[in-house]
Amino acid sequence: MDKFDKLSGIAAPMPLVNIDTDMIIPKVFLKSIARTGFGKNLFDEMRYNRDGSEIADFVLNKPAYRDAQILVAGDNFGCGSSREHAPWALADFGIKAVVSTSFADIFYNNCFKNGILPIVLPQEAVDVLMQDAEKGANARMEIDLEAQTVTTSEGESFAFEVDSFKKHCLMNGLDDIGLTMEKAASIDTFEAQAAQSRPWV
Amino acid sequence: MSPKTLYDKIWDAHVAHEAEDGTCLLYIDRHLVHEVTSPQAFEGLRMTGRKVRAPEKTIAVPDHNVPTTLDRAKGIENEESRIQVDALDKNAKEFGVHYYPVSDVRQGIVHIVGPEQGWTLPGMTVVCGDSHTATHGAFGALAHGIGTSEVEHVLATQTLIQKKSKNMKVEITGKLKPGVTAKDITLAVIGETGTAGGTGYVIEYCGEAIRDLSMEGRMTVCNMAIEGGARAGLIAPDETTYAYVKGRPHAPKGAQWDAALNWWKTLFTDEDAVFDKVVTLKAEDIQPVVTWGTSPEDVLPITGTVPFPEDFKGGKVDAAKRALEYMGLTAGQKLTDIEIDTVFIGSCTNGRIEDLRAAAAILKGKKIAVKRAMIVPGSGLVRAQAEEEGLADIFIEAGFEWRLAGCSMCLAMNPDQLAEGERCAATSNRNFEGRQGYKGRTHLVSPAMAAAAALTGKLTDVREMM
Repeated sequence: MDKFDKLSGIAAPMPLVNIDTDMIIPKVFLKSIARTGFGKNLFDEMRYNRDGSEIADFVLNKPAYRDAQILVAGDNFGCGSSREHAPWALADFGIKAVVSTSFADIFYNNCFKNGILPIVLPQEAVDVLMQDAEKGANARMEIDLEAQTVTTSEGESFAFEVDSFKKHCLMNGLDDIGLTMEKAASIDTFEAQAAQSRPWV
Repeated sequence: MSPKTLYDKIWDAHVAHEAEDGTCLLYIDRHLVHEVTSPQAFEGLRMTGRKVRAPEKTIAVPDHNVPTTLDRAKGIENEESRIQVDALDKNAKEFGVHYYPVSDVRQGIVHIVGPEQGWTLPGMTVVCGDSHTATHGAFGALAHGIGTSEVEHVLATQTLIQKKSKNMKVEITGKLKPGVTAKDITLAVIGETGTAGGTGYVIEYCGEAIRDLSMEGRMTVCNMAIEGGARAGLIAPDETTYAYVKGRPHAPKGAQWDAALNWWKTLFTDEDAVFDKVVTLKAEDIQPVVTWGTSPEDVLPITGTVPFPEDFKGGKVDAAKRALEYMGLTAGQKLTDIEIDTVFIGSCTNGRIEDLRAAAAILKGKKIAVKRAMIVPGSGLVRAQAEEEGLADIFIEAGFEWRLAGCSMCLAMNPDQLAEGERCAATSNRNFEGRQGYKGRTHLVSPAMAAAAALTGKLTDVREMM
């Protein structure tokens, strides 16, 4: 997994609330057995007409936002299905961070497994960032994970919270299965005790 | 000892390791697997030379892609779908996990098969690469959806890296009125809390109306906890739970049953336990509901009218405008004036025997007035039971297609899809844009309400037919 420390990039505004995982990657694209190649179908039904042509006024089709690395989104981003294809599609497109007032729980966790930083901020802060994102390609937003800050192109900074373990894994690009396997002795002990106390499991 | 909630008790019984910052390794008792979210996880194991740590606690069944037409033994036409199901077949055999192939009568939607076979038991931790894993919370099991990376993590380690959620209580006091069902309860709760209202919480549903529900109804309620944003929904086990579980193929037997029962009886929220958030609804205030928009929180009683976007606040104003345009509805129109052309009864929300009985009670001796109506039982065993009870004959005589088990038109990954502009009364769980097919329009309802709509060709108050 790619390491995440600092990011300076174009932010695309998506103020719609409740952007669900069916919007992020419709189910017709869930039939792949690979983890890659989903970027071209990111937001497919919002982004393309049925004939495959682009819908010009969709934000990521606008010249200013085609290389966006950050999304500033409405409340409850990523609600719905558990499909990790959603962060796979975002990552494959080049999105490395999403800012919103809240994220659905499973999507939030899935982001960290794929080098994407989901940032939760209060409404007032997201409003300021949304306005900044609306300025287009000349406005670059800065994200510093170490310092836990997002800074607008005007230099206004907002501090965000992130779980220390998730931050550590993201900053170092760590594979958490490997980390858990280092604790195999604890799992062995738990399993042996559970086999005694709850043998029917 | 400080008083604990049901969630606290199950959590505490499964912590295999706790780091100083509170990050825990939660031990997983049952891992359910389907074909869509698992191939990349098994591939990950293969690439790293890892094994499935507890194949005896891992249960796989194909459901999302499988055709539900009666000729499905001839194979899956769509190549990608076929490859995905074949991959599960291969992975299940190679890694030695329990498996119910398409040809097995016990095959069905993973969240219906798990409880039906007795894999899901009170006090367990249950996960699956599927958001509707919340269903299993009906047994007083801590059950939630995970992503594919976490599927791989559980396969390899039988644990999940977790931090504890907060506790939320949803109490439904009193008794439901006739025509009002578990589906109406769960939709009414989401209408009250919003789709992000449960974010960061595990919900415990309680109160007289919840206690009065069958296990099927409780599964419907917990199934949609995720639609309210919660990590999981829970209902404390009781005599209804034990009666459902007893005698199932993988339920404990003999002395182990007695030992299990003793522990299960300790699984309730202590009297003075503290919840971080409490929502209370009166059962008698809940009416049969429908959704009008493209989010499960867009819920109204069937007696209502389509809302005006200006009735909402903040970002929801634009979302409501977009939803009305997508749904082809006009603010102010009566919900009962909305004409539908398709009815879908099934899914992990409402594909169990009780749901089919509720639909059959409305449909008996009558004919449908819609273009297409289908009933997709949640498992091969539900289908067999419905045939034995004579329900299938009622459906077929009414003009319904009587299908084989699978997820079907709930998410339309198989050929069961809405065409552009088609409008469906569906017993499933999501009314998102494109969910049941590109530009398809979904109104979420209970099985009885879906049956009523099938007979009139409009969204209909089922109470007028009772």
